Amino acid sequence: MSYLELLKLAAPETIVVLTALAVLAIDLTSMRGFEVRLRFTIGGMIASLGCAAAILWTLVVPAQADVMSGMLLVSPLTQLVKVCLLVLTIFTVLISLESKFTTHVGEYLALILLATVGMMFLVSAEDVLMIFISLELTSLSLYILTAFNKRNIKSAEAALKYFLFGGMAAAFMLFGLSLIYGLSGSTNLHAIAAALAGKGLDPLLVVAIVMTVIGFGFKVAAVPFHLWAPDAYEGAPTPSAAFIASGSKVASFFIFAKIMMIGFAGAEGSGAFRNFVAGWTPVIAMVAVLSMVLGNLVAIVQSSVKRLLAYSAIAHAGYMLLGVMAHDDQAIASVVYYAVTYGLTTIGAFGVVALVENEAGNDNLASFVGFSKRAPVVAFSMMIFLLSLAGIPPLAGFFGKFYLFAAALKTGAPNLGLLWLVILAIAMSAVSFYYYLKVLKQIYVVDGTDATKGTTVSMLSQTVLLVMAVLVILLGCFPNILLAHLVAIPAH
Amino acid sequence: MTMLAWTIYISFLGVLVLMLLPKGNASAARKVAMLSAVAGLLVAVAGFVQFKSGEILTVAKLPWVPSLGIEFHLAADGISLTLVLLTGLAAVGGILFSWNIEHRAKEFFAFYLALIGGVYGVFLSFDLFLLFVFYEIAIVPKYFIIAIWGSTRKEYGAMKLALYSFIGSAMVLVGLIAAYVVSGAHTFNVLELAKYPFPHGFQMWAFPLVFVGFAILAGMWPFHTWAPTGHVAAPTAASMLLAGVVMKLGAYGCLRVAMTLFPEGLEAWKMWIAVLAVIGIVYGALVALVQKDFKFVIGYSSVSHMGFVMLGLVTLNTIGLSGAVLQMFSHGIIAGLLFAVVGRMVYERTHTRELATLEGMNLVKAMPFAAVTFVIAGCASMGLPGFSGFIAELQVIIGAWQAFPTLAVLTGVGIVIGVAYTLRAMQKAFFGEERRPLARLDENEDEHAVPEAGAPISIPERLGAVMLIGVSLLVGLYPRILLDVIVPSFNSPLFDWLKKGGQP
Repeated sequence: MSYLELLKLAAPETIVVLTALAVLAIDLTSMRGFEVRLRFTIGGMIASLGCAAAILWTLVVPAQADVMSGMLLVSPLTQLVKVCLLVLTIFTVLISLESKFTTHVGEYLALILLATVGMMFLVSAEDVLMIFISLELTSLSLYILTAFNKRNIKSAEAALKYFLFGGMAAAFMLFGLSLIYGLSGSTNLHAIAAALAGKGLDPLLVVAIVMTVIGFGFKVAAVPFHLWAPDAYEGAPTPSAAFIASGSKVASFFIFAKIMMIGFAGAEGSGAFRNFVAGWTPVIAMVAVLSMVLGNLVAIVQSSVKRLLAYSAIAHAGYMLLGVMAHDDQAIASVVYYAVTYGLTTIGAFGVVALVENEAGNDNLASFVGFSKRAPVVAFSMMIFLLSLAGIPPLAGFFGKFYLFAAALKTGAPNLGLLWLVILAIAMSAVSFYYYLKVLKQIYVVDGTDATKGTTVSMLSQTVLLVMAVLVILLGCFPNILLAHLVAIPAH
Repeated sequence: MTMLAWTIYISFLGVLVLMLLPKGNASAARKVAMLSAVAGLLVAVAGFVQFKSGEILTVAKLPWVPSLGIEFHLAADGISLTLVLLTGLAAVGGILFSWNIEHRAKEFFAFYLALIGGVYGVFLSFDLFLLFVFYEIAIVPKYFIIAIWGSTRKEYGAMKLALYSFIGSAMVLVGLIAAYVVSGAHTFNVLELAKYPFPHGFQMWAFPLVFVGFAILAGMWPFHTWAPTGHVAAPTAASMLLAGVVMKLGAYGCLRVAMTLFPEGLEAWKMWIAVLAVIGIVYGALVALVQKDFKFVIGYSSVSHMGFVMLGLVTLNTIGLSGAVLQMFSHGIIAGLLFAVVGRMVYERTHTRELATLEGMNLVKAMPFAAVTFVIAGCASMGLPGFSGFIAELQVIIGAWQAFPTLAVLTGVGIVIGVAYTLRAMQKAFFGEERRPLARLDENEDEHAVPEAGAPISIPERLGAVMLIGVSLLVGLYPRILLDVIVPSFNSPLFDWLKKGGQP
């Protein structure tokens, strides 16, 4: 394989890297004197265009290849996930445009793009080394993005926490992966599965599984490895938090599912109720249960909306783990659908929080009072986002949940082995309905004293949020837009 | 004939138009809402007239999510058509009785029409996924309508109602997904799923799960507690809709989903449900008898009347089942009327619902129209012959007599208490003696305007009252107008177990 071919396969990533450099260079050379707002607008446009170009390339140039046994796997599924990631990145950039937290516009945007590149490589990897490297590229960019609000001490604290926890998680994961290498003599996921097949559950393999789950548990913020998440979401600049909660989640879940389903194929065990069999699914079942219960219950008492969204993110990670447990083609499709629609929704919600923060100076529930009168369009979008997160039809979040739970149940059919988890998940989403409704109550029901004080939300923000809300509605009403592509392609 | 689908589309189009209207133009919002509701009613009536009884009319059938076998499948049989008609009537009635809403009118009617659209959708869906989607669409608007425009602990009432509904629908969702997976049929079509013989063990837990999930919304004792608080907190139009059609959603779901899918479970659990239903009838009536708040009387009476519906459903004979459907229709009309009198005519003019206070006002002189309306509605609610309630409850009791003789007798007790609480409320609210001079009342509580100060009963209110009374009389005097459509529906393949004498 020549370098030219390799470049062609990795063209979307290359385009994004070049865009990152371009944004950095242009901001450094020719925009120093401009206002921050203008710099954000120009830089954001360049970054979005770069992502759009990468999307276009991915869609137009069909490619399918497996470079060096899993180092860079290009298949219709990975391409689709990359397109979704790039769309999420564009939305993240667009909700950042009115931020006032930094003057280092070029660096900020470049880091977002670099994190995206990391995620894209991550999605394409089926080799544990490549997975680890891409994951680190993503994580390091995200740590810096978290710390980007230098005027706020909370931002630094959040970043440090995120970094220390993340570093420890990486160590766990590396340890787990090295054990796997020791057991199987390979770094390719398929080869690992082949080498492990028929050997039964080696105690070392159990340790390796647990270590890997711990590592990814940190990445996707699942209980009990979630401690960084609320602080990071609260302290980080809001668009960074949105990015951590969306794009990073999509990529992490995709690869998490892949490692488990491909690499540990044959060591599934069973998470069926009163019928546990040792393997990786019971481990994940435990993490999923804890995440759903703790995430949803703790979210109820939050008064900071960002923290509320953080705990709800933990709960959503719990739901998605159900899909991972289901380990079949439909399951991976359902996890991707869920993660992507969740990412879109959560970026929107954070975007609204960012606007409120700009106006009120904090993200307390009380700051949302009377928001529907001050900014009806944005308030409507927030209603759509939160209801979708709660899983109300006909919004994307509902279909995502439905598809995920159906997939989870199907693996245990006809005994409905995972029914207990599905019941718990649905019961917990009834709990989540309460706290999302609490936010909406502040926005729509509670009468504000200063309701007459108009907020000037720029046309751009309104449009971006409305577009996202419409997308959430569309993906809910016509899930086939995304689903038809997901189910048409075999996962492996 | 795809026309019936327009009941749904028109409602959601109305929502869209309302959202695009400029702010603060209450009169335009009202007109748009009215137009949309009337159009929906006309479509429903036209559909009803053209309907050939006994058939299952496919209204729309399009693939929706092919990979999961989900279809956009709307269809109607006599049962759904009756309830679609009820929805149309209740929608128009509700708007007539909220003609005076000025506060955020645009949003009010947008939520209102979204709720109506969801309700139409549930009644017309023959794909269970679709049915569930519409079922949940109806939850959210209820919350906002009550929490924003309601009274008396409105935020509590609204949240309670929303959570009860959502928990109920969560139970239904579990049952639906499980049924879908177990059948392996790759479809949500209720006609297909009903043919599948679900394993007995599965039915034994799936039936109560789905049935109770729906029955929560139908106000079945002991899951009824959302109903009185919700009804009382809601603004008039919402109370009318809640009691009028939303509670029917639950009963309809029990009949359409739980009972058709899991006949074995039904057979095993029917006695328990019948007992709960009768407890609901008697308990609701007893509690209504001692209420101090006028609206709570009506709220608990709804619980009692919905008990008849649930009892009729589990009689598992045609007369009881058709009685249950007729009772859904009848209660929808009558409860709407009662709430209209209490919430709109009386409360908004006297600003109190305390029966003790109302007693001193001698309202029959101040607002004779309201008094007459309430007397008529009360008679209908008590089940006087000539009104729709009589024939419906009679059928239910005959059906129950065949299935559960003891319970039928207890139900009779419930009816007697029903007469008592209605007469008590009527007496206290309208025909009390002027024990306290109105002037003193005025001094004590300034905002409590004397009845004379209230505006006369407006034209929209009169129209609404006449419409609802007319419908109740029409159905009461000539019940075949509905029964001819309802009864043949039970011959459809969905109710095969009926032909086997209720023995699946």
